[in-house]
Parts: sequence; C-alpha cells; structure tokens
Amino acid sequence: MYKLLLCVRYLRTRYIALASIISVMLGVATMIVVNSVLAGFTGEMRDRIHGFLADIVLEARHSDGIEDSADILRTIEETVGSDIAAMTPTVEVPALMRFEYHGQAYPIPVALVGILPSSKAKVGPLKQYLASYQPRTVNGLSHPPLRSDDEPVGWELTADAVARRRTMIEMQKNWLETQGLTPSADNVPEPVFEEDTTEFSTDEDTPESSLDDALIAAPDLFNDDPEENTDPLAPLAARVFVGGGIISYPYRHPETGELERAMYVNPGDDVTLSVFRTGVTGKPEIDSFDATVCDVFQSGMSEYDSKLVLMNLQQLQKYLGMLHTSPDGTILGDAVTSIQIKLNDYNNADEVVRKLKAVFPPELVSIKTWESKQGLLLSAVEMETAILNVLLFLIITVAGFGILAIFFMIVVEKTRDIGVLKSLGASSRGVMSIFLSYGLGLGIVGSAAGVTIGLLFVRYINEIEAALSLITGRRVFDRDIYYFDSIPTLVSPFMVMWVAAGAIAIAVLASVLPARRAARLHPVRALRFD
Amino acid sequence: MSQTVKMTTPIICARAIQKTYHTGAHSVRVLRGAGISATESEFVSIIGQSGSGKSTLLHVLGLLDAPDVGEVLYEGQRIDNLNEQARDQLRNRVFGFIFQFYHLLPELSLIENVMSPLMIRHSLLSYWKQRRTVRQQAHEILEQVGLGHRLKHRPSELSGGELQRGAIARALITRPRVLLADEPTGNLDAETGAEIMGLLNRLNEENDLTIVMVTHDETIARQAHRIVRLKDGQIEKARMASAM
Repeated sequence: MYKLLLCVRYLRTRYIALASIISVMLGVATMIVVNSVLAGFTGEMRDRIHGFLADIVLEARHSDGIEDSADILRTIEETVGSDIAAMTPTVEVPALMRFEYHGQAYPIPVALVGILPSSKAKVGPLKQYLASYQPRTVNGLSHPPLRSDDEPVGWELTADAVARRRTMIEMQKNWLETQGLTPSADNVPEPVFEEDTTEFSTDEDTPESSLDDALIAAPDLFNDDPEENTDPLAPLAARVFVGGGIISYPYRHPETGELERAMYVNPGDDVTLSVFRTGVTGKPEIDSFDATVCDVFQSGMSEYDSKLVLMNLQQLQKYLGMLHTSPDGTILGDAVTSIQIKLNDYNNADEVVRKLKAVFPPELVSIKTWESKQGLLLSAVEMETAILNVLLFLIITVAGFGILAIFFMIVVEKTRDIGVLKSLGASSRGVMSIFLSYGLGLGIVGSAAGVTIGLLFVRYINEIEAALSLITGRRVFDRDIYYFDSIPTLVSPFMVMWVAAGAIAIAVLASVLPARRAARLHPVRALRFD
Repeated sequence: MSQTVKMTTPIICARAIQKTYHTGAHSVRVLRGAGISATESEFVSIIGQSGSGKSTLLHVLGLLDAPDVGEVLYEGQRIDNLNEQARDQLRNRVFGFIFQFYHLLPELSLIENVMSPLMIRHSLLSYWKQRRTVRQQAHEILEQVGLGHRLKHRPSELSGGELQRGAIARALITRPRVLLADEPTGNLDAETGAEIMGLLNRLNEENDLTIVMVTHDETIARQAHRIVRLKDGQIEKARMASAM
C-alpha cells in the first residue's frame, strides 16, 4: 500500500519527473503521428496502384499480344469463373506522343493503353481519376464537375471541350485565311494551336485514311455516320485520356506564390501519337495517327500520371494491326497484350494465379497479382516505414535513458527515506517496487498523454497544417505535389497499442537499475546519509 | 554483559556483539563484544561518546544491522540470523524506531507518516478494508502525543518537537514491544527535549513499553531506569539509575 502512495506522491511532487514524462510523451506522440501519416500515404498509394492495376493482370510476353481476346476471356471464365468479378482486355504499348505548344513541338514518350471504358471501370476505379468528373477550382472559385457522376465513362467530349475545339478550329481557319492559304493545303505551317486539324478533321473522309492497310475497310467506331465525317468540328476516331503529368507543368504563381499547373493541351485538342508495329517485312515500322484528347487522367500516382495515355481499345488495335476483320467489316478476332481481372475476394488471388498459370502457356503470358507486379515499390515503402519506426523508437529509448538518470538522482535524494522505510519493516522488494511502479507510472502517464496528443494531432492534422502554413507563409503540405486534398492519415489501433506498450516497457526497464540500487541500500548507511 | 534487576528473561538481548565497518582500505572495529539486554517494560539508556558504537549497538538490536559476531535474542529466541523477510516482519511488528533527525517522509502528511508502518504491514487489499480503523488509530495516537490538530500538515510545516512527537506516534502505531530511540532529543532544545523525555517516560509507565535509548547526554540518560555505558565498543560498567 505504501508503495502505491509513495509512488503517487513522488510522481506528483517531483517536477523533474515531468521531464521524463514529457520526453516519453513526445516520443509516443511523434511515433503515432508519423505512423498514421505514413500508413495513410501508403494506403492511399496502394489504393492508387491497385486501382489502376486490378487484382490480377495476365500479360502477354511480347508486344504483339496474344490471340484472341474473346477466347482468352472464355478460358479464364471457364477456369476460375466463380472467383471473378470483372475482366477487361487491354493493349499496352510504348508510344511517342507529340503536341505543339506555342509553336514548339513536344514529343514525349508515353505508355499507350487501349481500354474498354465500360469494362475497365468495373475492374477498378476509372471515373474518379478522370478530371471531368472532379469538382474544379478555377481562379480560386469552385465549379461543379463537368460531367455528372452517373454518366458512364466513355469517349464523348464534354460541352466545354467541344466549345474549345470549335474556337480553336475557327481561329485556325481565320488565321489561315489571313495568310491567303486554304485549310486544305497539306503542308500548312502549324499556328500556335496544338491541333493538327488540317489532315483529318477538315477535308478527309475518315480519320484512318492515312493508314494504308485493310483497316480502312473496318467499320468506323465513331464516325460511321457519313454526315458527321464531314463536320470539321467532330472529334477524331482516336480518343485519348492523357495523364495529367504529361500535358501540364507546374509553376509558381507570381503573385500568390502557390504551385499551380498549366496545361499544354486541353480536352478537345488533338495530339499526335506514334506507335511501333512489326511490319510484314519483320522490321519495326512506325505509324503515326492523331487523336482527340477527351479527358485528363489523374490518379495521383505520378508514375502513372506522367506516363499513361488511355485510348479506345479497338481503334488502337486497328492501328497496331491487332484487329482482324473480314472484308465485310465484321470483327473476326483481336489480339490483346493483357487482361485485367478483378476478383470477388482478393484473398483467393494466389489460388487464382496458380490455376491460371496451369492453363496458359508460361512462354506466352505472365500472370501476376498487382502486389507482386509492384512488389518492389511496396516493399520499399514497407522498408521505409520499418526504418522510420526503428529511428523513432530510438527517441523513446533516449527518453528511457533520461528516466534512468533522473531515477538515479531520485534514489540518491531519497536514500534516507529508503532507510526509514526499511527501519519501518519495508522489504527490499517493496522498496524496489516503489521505483518500478514509479517508472510504470511515468510510462503510463507519458504514454497516455502522448497517445492523446498524437491522436489529436492526427485528427486535426490538416487544421494544424493550415495554421502552420499561415504562420510560416509557406505551404507545409503542397497539395499539388501529392494530388491529395488533405493529408491522408490512417490510425491503426494496433499500432497505437504497441507504441504505448513499448514506451511503458522502456520506462519500466529504465527504472530497473535505480530500483535495484534502492533495494540494495543498507538501511543504516541510508539513515546516516546526509 | 550486564545483569538485569528483575531476574526475568529479558525481552530483548544482544550478546557479545562484534561489528567492523570496512571503508575502502580502512576498517573500523565499532563493537568489540558489547552486549545489552532489557526486560519487559524497562527503560534502558545507552550512553557513550560519539564513535563509541552506541548507535550501531542499537541498530544491531533492532535488526537494522547484522553483527559480525554475537547474537540477538528476542524473548529468548535468536533473531539476528533469521531470513530477510522475517527480520522485516520483526522490525515492523516488534520494534519501533525513533531517530535524532525524526526521519518523517517529506512527501507524506503527518497522519500518513504515522499510518505508514501499517501500510507497509498490510497488502493493498487488506489495508483498504481497514483503512478507517487505521486512520482512527493514527488519529488517536497523534492526539495522545498532542498533535491532534496537525494531521494534514507536511513534515516541513512542523517544528522539531512536533516532528519528534510525530515520529514517536509513527513508532507507536504498530504497538511495538520495544521502542528503540537513537538520540531522540539530540536535535532539540532543552525544553522540547524534556517534553519528549516526558512523553517517553509516560509511555514507558502507562503502556509498559520497553525502551532502549541511545544518548550522549548524561542528564537525559539519567531519566532511564538503567544506564549502560559504552566505550570503544565495549560495555564500561552498568549501574542502577534511581527511578524517576
């Protein structure tokens, strides 16, 4: 009983002990905040990687792809149909995208991915990555999204994009007329506009006419209405969603000093894409075609946003010679480079991968879960978290040494009292447990305070960030860099528990040595101590 | 070894105690075969110069220190060779200590200081069950030593005399058989010292408490029934002191 009373009294009267409480508290709070933010970032990142990669990806090992998508889908369905929630075929090829900005050509290497928006949207989130579905901020004012949320993802232009397209084309036409040129001229020098409208939109019947192969006979995907084809304002057959990082660049606003992004290309504009294909001669051939930008793709993963261009699948297959059609235009079959699969339950992923590997020839396709596909990145993040945790735990250990030193001081200071307690019949073990429970008390109070502060900090992290930005005049967390509206956090109760338990354990461990010293004090010497 | 007046078994007895302290290379022989005994309700004082080993003898008697040679008997039973736990128990139940510098714990209030031996004796649960009786007891004892109005005060707020009376109250709450007093008046002025001595005498007479007191002050020592003189770690001679 006296142990508890004394330990509580010491806790209340030794202000020096407050120092150790504060150091424990700070260590615990830092660990909780850093872990929560890191977990938040990791979770967000995993979501985004996963979002684009689907649960399982079946990939062709060479760029010509594998024949034929309907057959593959059927095989997958037969093998593991019950586990599968959705599938979508895609074609992924390297490409060069070229656009013009202020008269300057910008060729940029990209990863061109042909998708079917409707089934791709079922496999993973797509809509939420497209700019036209997001609320916008223009000059500090919020605007509602350009598309309503219930509009399915497709290759249509928004009203804004159509309007921009019209303005651009008309401006170009006027400019050409003032130069005494007709728009139909083939070698029109490009004005400041990005659009390469001269070739396709103005006087050609079909956008694919530059391709001199059998594809011409293929039914046009969008412009099969001849009337539309003559409309110079109609978008091209090839439509793309371009990664935000490709067609924009960050800059500091001269007045506000805030980081903003300026667009090279906007939805409604046209860009030129060049792809490689293995020609009949066996040598790689480069084919170029123009495409209309329908939307901006922004996943928040800079790796994707600065690389990906999503395109309508069949059009891409046509350009790549992957689409096989009969002379009357019916599609006989097509090749794809990958199939993205979404599972009902991701826990079965390894099992599904195993089953699929048994069915498909390993020399043709590789089958991987999204985690093993991005394994390096994910394990790097995990490693980072682990190292940070070790470092932060060292902070708490430092606090532990602080407790050790302070406790030795208190034991020296309390030497006579320890002698008195022993003369009153207190056992060595009892004296020891006073200091052990003192350490425990410090640990508990420090951890509790640390957990409270840490959780409050995490809860109000965005408000704190705003306040800090206001005070320092700089944005602490730049939303444009991370694409996050707010700092993502994820508090794991397990983590909080472990951190608190670890801190308490360290406090108790640190008090063991002083407590043993106190217990071993000889009562008479302790009493004589001045 | 001194002989007791009443030829009964001494309640507490130390025989042929030798004790050497080692400090680094030096060793000091503090006790060289000293002994002392006290019968039930006797008041014995040990007198000697400083360094004569009187405090050490008292500590050995009260099991605060272990003798190198010799033995300590309580009611005829040897107690100095008991295990640590048993010795802790004896210190708590049989002996009451008072010191020259009072040694009340500064973090505790006066009444908590007085209750502390019982807190040490009982586990948390059993203390909780009888906390009211303990508090009541402590209150009564403090009334008895004239500190009934100082219950909540911290030791730092009390005078020397009050502190020593508090220390006596703390020693008494366990209802000890033997009170061991180490220079109880050593740090007090004559008047307050006399007060404390009066209190000790009263306790000795009214409660039949056995008291062994160490002092270097002849006049204080004379208030005991019997004086044992200690010189250079040995008993010089014993003589009867006239009863009060």
